[in-house]
Formats: sequence, C-alpha cells, structure tokens
Amino acid sequence: MSTTTTRGVAQPAPAKVSNDRPRRALRASSTFNFWLFTGPFLIGLIVFVFVPIGWSIYLSFFEARFTVTPSDFVGFENYKQVLTDVDFLNSLVTFTVFAAFIVPATWALSLGLALLVNRLRFMRAFFRSVFFLPTAVSYVAASLIWKMSIFNGVRFGLANTVIGWFGVDNIAWLASPDPPWYWLVIVTVRLWLQSGFYMILFIAALQNIPRELYEAASIDGAKPGWQTFRYITLPQLRATSTAVILLLLVAAYQAFDEFFNLLSKATWGQPPLVELYKMALGENQNYGAGSAGAVVLTMLICVVTLLQGKIMGFGRGEEGK
Amino acid sequence: MSALSNSNWDRRNVLRAAMGLAAAGGLTACGGNTGRSSGGSGDALVQYFHAYGEAGTEQAIKKYAKAYKGANVTTQWITGSNFEQKLFAALLTKNAPDVFEFHPQIQLIKSGQVADLSDIINPVKDDFNQADITSHTVDGKIYGVRMIDDPQFFFYRPSLFAKAKVEVPTTLEELIEAAAKLKTGKIKGAYLGNDLTPIQNNLIWSAGADTLTADNKPAFNTDEVAAGLKQLRTLFTSGNLLLGAPTDWWDPSAFTQGLTAIQWCGMWAMPAMIEALGDDIGIFPFPKVGSAGRQSVTNGGWSMFVNAKGKNVEAAKEYVKWLWIDQKQYQEDWATSYGFHIPPRTSIAQSATKLKTGLPAEGVKLFNEFGHFDNIGWTQAMIASVNDVMANSVRKDDDPKAQLDACEKKVDTELKKLFG
Repeated sequence: MSTTTTRGVAQPAPAKVSNDRPRRALRASSTFNFWLFTGPFLIGLIVFVFVPIGWSIYLSFFEARFTVTPSDFVGFENYKQVLTDVDFLNSLVTFTVFAAFIVPATWALSLGLALLVNRLRFMRAFFRSVFFLPTAVSYVAASLIWKMSIFNGVRFGLANTVIGWFGVDNIAWLASPDPPWYWLVIVTVRLWLQSGFYMILFIAALQNIPRELYEAASIDGAKPGWQTFRYITLPQLRATSTAVILLLLVAAYQAFDEFFNLLSKATWGQPPLVELYKMALGENQNYGAGSAGAVVLTMLICVVTLLQGKIMGFGRGEEGK
Repeated sequence: MSALSNSNWDRRNVLRAAMGLAAAGGLTACGGNTGRSSGGSGDALVQYFHAYGEAGTEQAIKKYAKAYKGANVTTQWITGSNFEQKLFAALLTKNAPDVFEFHPQIQLIKSGQVADLSDIINPVKDDFNQADITSHTVDGKIYGVRMIDDPQFFFYRPSLFAKAKVEVPTTLEELIEAAAKLKTGKIKGAYLGNDLTPIQNNLIWSAGADTLTADNKPAFNTDEVAAGLKQLRTLFTSGNLLLGAPTDWWDPSAFTQGLTAIQWCGMWAMPAMIEALGDDIGIFPFPKVGSAGRQSVTNGGWSMFVNAKGKNVEAAKEYVKWLWIDQKQYQEDWATSYGFHIPPRTSIAQSATKLKTGLPAEGVKLFNEFGHFDNIGWTQAMIASVNDVMANSVRKDDDPKAQLDACEKKVDTELKKLFG
C-alpha cells in the first residue's frame, strides 16, 4: 500500500497580506459604489412605484371623488362597484380579443422578419435598422398618423385611396363598431411599432443556434427550409419565444395610447387601462373606484403571467434544448 | 509629477462627485418644473388655457399676461383633446394652476375647487349678459367670469344648396333629406363631428326637452329625444354623413376644403371660412326634432376661474379682475381679433363693429333667438353619460330608449351626490 504525502514538498507561499485596512477600504468603497449607482434608482422606485401602489390600495377602500386624500372609508364597496361595472368587464373582453390578435401576429411577424434579415447576405444592418426604427416612435404620434393620414374616412386618406383604385367606396375606419374596422387600425399600428424590437430578440436567438445542428441534420438527410425550421430552429427558439410571448402579453395588458387616441368617445374597443383612466382621471374623477380597478387588474396580470409561465415553461428553455 | 497628483481629487473622485451631482440634480428636477417663473415682480401665477385653433390666440393671451404688473403670470397652453381631464387631475396637485378657463360646473364649487368671485363681478354685474351671470351663480355667489360666448350652429354653402335645389332645413327630416341631395362623388352632405357628440344637447333641446329641469332633475329622457336618436341613426348609416375627417368639428377645414356641404361648427371659425369661401356661406340653427320641438343653438363659451385651493388666491383674483373686468380693450381683442366670439359684456358687444354686419351679425341674431346657455348643474360626468348614449344608439345600433334610461340612472346618481 502506497501512500502519498505532501510532506517535504515545497508549499506555495501564502499570499502576503499586508494589513486589513485596504480590504476594508475596498469593501467600503464597493458599498459606497453600490449605493451610488443603485440609490437614485431605488429612491425613484420607492417614490414613483411603491408609494403610488400603496396609495392606490389605500384609496381603493375610500370614497375618493375629486380628492386623493379621502376620509370616508367604504370597505370593499369600490371593488364591488368595479367588479359589477359592465364597462370594466367589457374592457377585459376587449383585452382578450386584442391579445388574441396581437400576441400571435407580432410573434409570427417578428420571427418572420428575423428569419429574413438573418438570411440576408447584403445590407443586413440596413434592414435591421429599418425594421427596428419604428420602436423609437411614440405610440401617440403613430396613432395620430394612422388616424389622420392613413385610416381617415375621407377620399384622400391613404387606405381609402388604395381601395378606391379597386372601385371600393370610402370607409370610415374608426367611426363605427359595425363592421369593426377599428381592429385593423389598432392591430396594424401596434404591429408596426413593436415587431422590430422582438425581431432583434429573435435575431440574437437565431445567431445563438449552433451551426453543427444544421450540419448534422443535413448529413442525416433533412431538407433545408421548413423541415429544419420545424425541427431545429423553432425548438431552439423556445426560450426566446416564451419570453417574447410573455412580454407581448404584458404589453397587451398595458395597451392605452393607441386605443385612447384612435377611439375617443367610443364605448367599444376600450381596454382596461382606458376604462380605468376614464373612471379615475376622466370626467368622473373617482379615484376610489379607479384604484380598486387598478388593484384588480394588477392581480389579474400577476395570475395570468404566472399561469402562462407555468404552462409555457418559462425558464426551462435550456433544459428543453 | 504634476502638482495636481498630490491632490485628493483624482479622476475617480471627480467621477464620483460628478455622478453624485448628476443624481442629486436628477432628483431635484423631479417635480421641480412647475411652470412658475421666478424673479419677476410680485407673486408668481400660473394660468391654464386649452389650445384655441385660431392663429395668434396663444400669443395674445401671453401678451395680456405680460402686460400685467401685479404678478408674474405664466401661461400653460394645453394641447390635445382632453383639456378637462388634464385640468381636473392638475387641480388635485400642488402644481395646480392659480387661474384656469373652463365651463361653469357645480362639482367644482361643491368640491371647493373654485373661489367665489362675487366681489370682483358685482360692481359690473349689470354690464354682463344676464344668462351668463345666472349660469355662473350658485346660492347667490358668482364663481367665474365669462370671457367669451361661442354660439354653435350649422354652416352651409348656398351655392351647393342652389345647385341641388335644396332649401335650408328647419326639421331633422329635412336635414337628412338635404344631406342625401347634397352628397356627390366628392362631397358628403353633412358633418356633425367625428363622434356626433357636439350636437347631443341640441338634439335634446330641439326635441322640446332639456338636460335638467329647473329643480335639477333629469329632463332629457323623452320619447321625442329617443325618436330623434333613431333619425340620427338613419343619417349615420346613410353614407351621406362625413365620418372620420382628419380634423374635428371645431375646425373649419372639412368645410373649407370641400369635404362637406354642411358642417356643425362655432362662430369662432367664421373668419377662416370667409377667407376661404368668401360670401358662399350661410348659417342655420339645429332643426327641430318632432312636431313639438324648436330650433336650437348652443351658446358655448369659456370662463375664468380662480383655484380656491391655490397659494395665491387673492393675487389670482386681482389678476382676473384686471384682465377680464378692467381691460376692456383686451376683452374685445380676445373676442373679435382671431376667431369671432360674442363678448359677454354688453358694452363691449355693442361696440364690437366686426359683429355688426354680415355673417357675424346673423350669428349674433341666432344666438339671441335660439341660444341655450350652460347649465351649471350639468356636469362633465353627465355630459360623458350622454356621450355614451350617442355612441351606443347612433354609432352602434342599440335601442335609444334603453340607452336614455341607463343614462338617466347615471345622471340621477350624480345629481344625488351633488344635491343630495
């Protein structure tokens, strides 16, 4: 039986520790830097996020018309009012319809753009920029362009000019809910605004797929095109797709600007945030009911997001590879 | 080695200090921009105005404010279509305006948001249009100073009427028939605004009803109003109505650009219309609805209010008195130099030569003969409820009577909160 020993073998000299002061200073310096960088943002987070959330929860239990410092405690009365309000409940239906359109459409369009741009041999940066640029445009500005230039109801609107070439009479796209042309306007403006951003995410994910997988598939006889897309590209994009769908869903819940600007004084096509805006900051100035609606909506978003994450396996992307 | 190397201010320290200052500056900036300039003489006041469409109005209101020596007055010119909502929200904050324009609405008084201006108006009360005084008075106290009266009616092109052999409509049926006859391949028959809400009160008045009774009970839910809504629905679906115009009813562009033969608009747009179309303009009131109805004109307008919860209530009252009571030349300038408005001061209205002849004089005549003034009890929440009736029963095909019933419930709830 042989044994090995390190006895007698020269050991590496322990690192020389001069004294504790510099290390302490370094630690103090790190702590200072941490607070220097995070402090302002933390203060901003507390002042502009946590305090309003807390205040909103507080207001939701009070009769708070035309005041944000109420004194008339009403318990769950505001919650009861909001949950039996037909307009608020309809806004949830509007959101569902909107999400059913916009989430798959944006996912498909941004993935399609990413695949196209990623395959380009020339001017890739140019096209990537062209598709990404709308992300920088404000939703309000884009909505006004859509409303006043492209989808206005008169003969010189862009959309009416185009359909006029085919002998179709002018359409008042946003005037009436029957037929619901307003969905076309709303969905197209949002597709234009956000597809570029998600395209960039997909391009990054596409560039992370190992080429060896395609080579191995090719050796095994897989045809390029749909077959490799279906069995290699799409599964490899699973984690990104899940994140994109989650972000799209949250963004759909937050829809406000385009609905507010395109459908003023309509009773249809009002998503939850517009309904809550009308309730709290509109003509009624009912901060109690508006806050109760905000709490209900926040809880709903949390539940839906957790469920979606569970169903789609958010964070399990790596395991799925 | 430079002398600076001995200093404690190495690059890292300088960077830290700069970032610290930037962060502190950023935090200081939060909420710091109140729009109140400092360093001027006396108090600093902020006034809110909605963006008027007529060229030169913003410059005019700033010119008046600059001429005032008692305080440093800053003007917030609020663009966009939701001035009311921005104002209501601002009034709850510390950065609320000291002075603002709005319409007389009782919830502002009940919630203590506007100051009693009786002491500055009473000495000249008799020189005001008495209907304006009434619409700003609650329990004997006057809460706002009327700046301008804005009659609203239909504008039409007499040449197009003659060509289509159409008479000026006096009933809603005739208006619907006229719109059908006036429509051509390029021009629609009539334009009542993109969401039809500007004529909602006129529909009520022209049907012989009213928004509220004298003792503040709902008065709009009648069979005649419901029938009028049904008629409007036929006009809406006829294809003869201009819908989805790039500019809304208050802007004369749809009319002057030849998109419509008839447009609902206000007297403020007359100068722009006359410039574009010359003499080819006529006006008529909203036609009567049903056999018991009567033609109607909206006497809209804007008034000045003082924020009762502001820091400078007395200074704000002084400014309002100076500009809207004492400075008659500015009041006339404001009413007649940009768009046309009727000055609420009788003495100014009588001396305003621009309103004496032609189309403006006709506007004044319709104002006097068919005009309905603001009802202080008819609040923004009630207006919004009737907006929903227009949306659901005219633009959507819901039953008008059921919509009016639902609206009446909402209005009733509001009235109970306001009047008990």
